[in-house]
Amino acid sequence: MLSIKNLKAGIADKEILKGFNLEVKAGEVHAIMGPNGSGKSTLASVLAGREDYAVTEGAVQFNGKDLLDLSPEDRAREGLFLAFQYPVEIPGVSNINFLKTAIAEIRKYRGLPPMEAKDFLKLVKEKQALVELQVTLANRSVNEGFSGGEKKRNEIFQMAVLEPCLAILDETDSGLDIDALRIVANGVNKLRSENRSFVVITHYQRLLEYIVPDFVHVMYDGKIVKSGPKELALELEAKGYDWIKKELGDVIEA
Amino acid sequence: MTNIAEKLNISEKLIATLELEKNSLAGTAHIQAIRKTALGSFTEQGLPHRKNEEYKYSPVSALFKSELCPAKQNACAKLTKSTIAELRIPGLDSHLITVVNGFVSEDLSDYNPNAKSVLVYNTRNTAKHAPALFEKHFGQYASNDADAFIALNTAAFQDVLFIQIADNVQVDKPVVILNVTTTETASLASPRNLIHVGQNASVQIIELYVSIDQNASAINNSVSEIVIETGAKALFYKIQDDCPGLNLITTTQASQKANSHFDTHTVTLSGSWIRNNLNILLEGEHCESHLNGLFILNDSQHVDNHTLVDHAKPHCESNQLYKGLLDDKSSGVFNGKIFVRRDAQKTNAYQSSKNMLLSDDAAINAKPQLEIYADDVKCSHGSSTGQIDEEALFYLKSRGIGSESAKALLMLAFTQDVVNTIRIDALRKHAETLIEKRLSK
Repeated sequence: MLSIKNLKAGIADKEILKGFNLEVKAGEVHAIMGPNGSGKSTLASVLAGREDYAVTEGAVQFNGKDLLDLSPEDRAREGLFLAFQYPVEIPGVSNINFLKTAIAEIRKYRGLPPMEAKDFLKLVKEKQALVELQVTLANRSVNEGFSGGEKKRNEIFQMAVLEPCLAILDETDSGLDIDALRIVANGVNKLRSENRSFVVITHYQRLLEYIVPDFVHVMYDGKIVKSGPKELALELEAKGYDWIKKELGDVIEA
Repeated sequence: MTNIAEKLNISEKLIATLELEKNSLAGTAHIQAIRKTALGSFTEQGLPHRKNEEYKYSPVSALFKSELCPAKQNACAKLTKSTIAELRIPGLDSHLITVVNGFVSEDLSDYNPNAKSVLVYNTRNTAKHAPALFEKHFGQYASNDADAFIALNTAAFQDVLFIQIADNVQVDKPVVILNVTTTETASLASPRNLIHVGQNASVQIIELYVSIDQNASAINNSVSEIVIETGAKALFYKIQDDCPGLNLITTTQASQKANSHFDTHTVTLSGSWIRNNLNILLEGEHCESHLNGLFILNDSQHVDNHTLVDHAKPHCESNQLYKGLLDDKSSGVFNGKIFVRRDAQKTNAYQSSKNMLLSDDAAINAKPQLEIYADDVKCSHGSSTGQIDEEALFYLKSRGIGSESAKALLMLAFTQDVVNTIRIDALRKHAETLIEKRLSK
């Protein structure tokens, strides 16, 4: 589904991703962990198509297409979804109008007929329940006045509505209390299926207690330095990232 | 030098024409006397030149390029009842008064002239029966010496539309003034209105500006005087849409008596060169005024909104919000002045101008001014100019919304707080439709 090969990218003259490789197959959940500044959020931004970043080398295939060649909107229309670390407040754009427009444009791109208004409202209601998002979306602007937890739940809610085949969760757990974390994780778990993959970016092992990954990767200095099964997350939690750095240091010294 | 000479020429020629025609213009001795004074004032002032601070960013030399004659009544043959019907606001039941090139057209209007609560006078036809109220108020608020265009309108108008709302009357439906410019030659139309809202009365007025096949050099210079008596309430909407190529100067001069309420919206979506002057005098206590403005410009459109709120009495509140979206090589001006006189204690006066520039060539000049002579007041003003929020744009795109639609959504969002305060449902929906259409261009 997603194949990242030797990806090098940065902002201005600073190279942040330094030869990143990752293979994600349909239905898999990959966790990417790593210390601050290792390039996790840059990876998410580059995959979603944020224009501030320049890709200097490497290739990304997404469902057989060259992802890097697509505009951000076409990436979304192809089935990529990024749950933002800091969801943006957009005063004056109602949540409902926003989603309606998104669905309409995605369906048009895929050659599907427009969704009936009643089907749309039913879908919204159903998915809202999934993430226990109780705010009235119709009259409220996107994320405006939402609490930190509501914003993150809104991200998962949007994901549920748009039904992507690959979702990247960029530190969705940051700023969440334990109840909100559980709700968000439940939402994600309900959306797990054999056709849908997840890349979960996080600092902490805590989230992975709820969203159990198939693989855990440790990112450091712009690339993956260690991969393993879900138990790797526990080891990281116990030993800290210094352990990895030290091991790497040893490798370099040796 | 040649430039100035040419300008003087145009203005001198205009004066000569008006001198020649003044005796043939209809009107009572009262009206003739007012015209004469105004012509004297205009002769003295001439057209505003570049050094005039009030016209610094809107030089009128761009406008007065060729010789102008006062517009004639001969309305374009295309103007039929069905043309007018198409220009009406969908779903809005209203009293319609059509004014063509400054002449009230009874044929193209649709109101009940016999209704006792709303009187409409057209001075050209009924000048001999001008009511006492007309004589008392006409020409008493818009001062010739304050602006050359007021003097010019007063010297050149042919017809006055006088709308009188009797005391204690709540007008059943909005009054729409359809201001059509359709002149085949380079001419000057001078629509003139006097609106008197009696004590404790209330009215909603919508002024629609439309141009149909107008000559590229034609100018429409309109003046409205609005008197809002004690306890009265007036909502006043100026919608400038569907007027491509229109060169327009409008002056709205309002006077508010105690406990009155005046709520205005000035929405500009079309037109070539537009200057809107909105002057409000708060001459009674406990008045409330709201001034809302929205302009969406592209190509080389130019729109200048000048507001003046004069707080002469205590315990009044005024609130201004003007927003502009400017694309291509368009330019805009917001010049807002608030006076708080020495007597006007406990005044609350707020003003905000927010603009979004969508291209590198678009420009906005925003000039908020506060002059406060009282010491116990709350006043604020602010102005901001920005671009489309790139973060918000990326967020929308990341959900599959294309660049153009995403921008349109954000621009539409920018207009929301002005549009949401339009209190006539059908008009608000109409404005939303027009803006959506305008932004998806």
